[in-house]
Amino acid sequence: MAELIMDITLTVNGEPVSERVEARKTLVDFVRDDLGLTGSHVGCEHGVCGACTMRVDGEIVRGCLMLAVQCDGATVETIEGLSDQGEVADLQAAFEQRNALQCGFCTPGMVTAAQAILLQAKASGTVPSREEIREHISGNYCRCTGYHAIVDAVETVAKARAGAKA
Amino acid sequence: MKPAPFAYHKAASLADAIALLGQHSDARLLAGGQSLIATLNMRLSAPTLLIDINGIAGLAEIAVQDRAGKSFVEIGALVRHAQAERSDLIARHAPLIARAMPFIAHPAIRTRGTLGGSIAFADPAAEMPACLLALDGEVDAQGPDGKSTIKAADYFQGLYETALGSQDVLTGFRVPAADKDSRFGFAELARRHGDYAIVGLAASARAHGAGLADVRLAFFGVGNTPLRAEKSEAALAAGDIEAAVAALDLDPHDDIQATPEVKKHLAGVLLRRVAAQLMEAR
Repeated sequence: MAELIMDITLTVNGEPVSERVEARKTLVDFVRDDLGLTGSHVGCEHGVCGACTMRVDGEIVRGCLMLAVQCDGATVETIEGLSDQGEVADLQAAFEQRNALQCGFCTPGMVTAAQAILLQAKASGTVPSREEIREHISGNYCRCTGYHAIVDAVETVAKARAGAKA
Repeated sequence: MKPAPFAYHKAASLADAIALLGQHSDARLLAGGQSLIATLNMRLSAPTLLIDINGIAGLAEIAVQDRAGKSFVEIGALVRHAQAERSDLIARHAPLIARAMPFIAHPAIRTRGTLGGSIAFADPAAEMPACLLALDGEVDAQGPDGKSTIKAADYFQGLYETALGSQDVLTGFRVPAADKDSRFGFAELARRHGDYAIVGLAASARAHGAGLADVRLAFFGVGNTPLRAEKSEAALAAGDIEAAVAALDLDPHDDIQATPEVKKHLAGVLLRRVAAQLMEAR
């Protein structure tokens, strides 16, 4: 049946969640307003800025370009989950050390996006170039840093993780 | 902004989706949603019903198949950009599409966006419609009267306007599989990597002796639909790149990105780059 309001059941940051949501509610509004997970930020709301980047079923998505009802049965991971698991601890430390954030609005999306290229690199046994890192984070706006420091931080972690593996 | 209220239905089958389209004249199909949900958020559109086709089985496959003695790459409507980007079949048999993929938006959008959705939406500045036209592909649709197949040349009819009927669902598309004589070129200019193109060009040709034959140039971002530049195609087949640039008869409108003069100049720049790609051996 087609409904304006629906019940959904999903896994968010490892915990089962059952909620009643409006069909029109985007995934990022759902995690922020209904679940209180405010690490995912709402910027442009049309897929341009990347501040709402999160993971659904293991792949990064725009939280503003998916509906919560589409995530019935899905596994959703936000920056809170990535952070609590320690999965991005080295990235977060590198962002701090390299001054890769100032106001911090873009940072959760930036870290989540950066983690995706680092996971790809690990799977293929490569280290991404600065150009590849730039291209990968081209969908995430930062209005403070000018990006150089962010690329520095991601590159540092890419090299460190490759070294640690060898 | 937030979307206006709408109802949501996850279609169980194509027949289910087609029947609902018949009952709700302002329903919209939801595939990847990477254009649709943005327009809903901005309230550029406000349908009363979204019909989610993501759960319909059998629409997310990539295959190479022979039809009437020719080999084609068949791409299901729900194949996502990230899936095509990773696909060995696409890389080997549809290299133009492989080359276009990294230009389409950003990784977090390519994980959701579908090739079929891009062709159904027919944004005039998008990459996939131009690739379909450059490759002389065809679109499969299914509606209340059954299945139909539409050639690319007949498919794009106007701004966001296609030959699909109001109850038709695009189920997939096919392009001829590349062989050793196939040549391809792709280039686009955008303000930021992954943004909509100011001007772009997808091209295919066949190696013919030391030159080219069957040149197909499909420009995007310069009109209401992807556009062939047939006079330039003939000049390129004759081996004269500068004559091909001089023969460009595009008439772009200005938009927020560039004036018509800038777009025309950039179309020439892209044509020179793509001509060089077409002339490289594979």
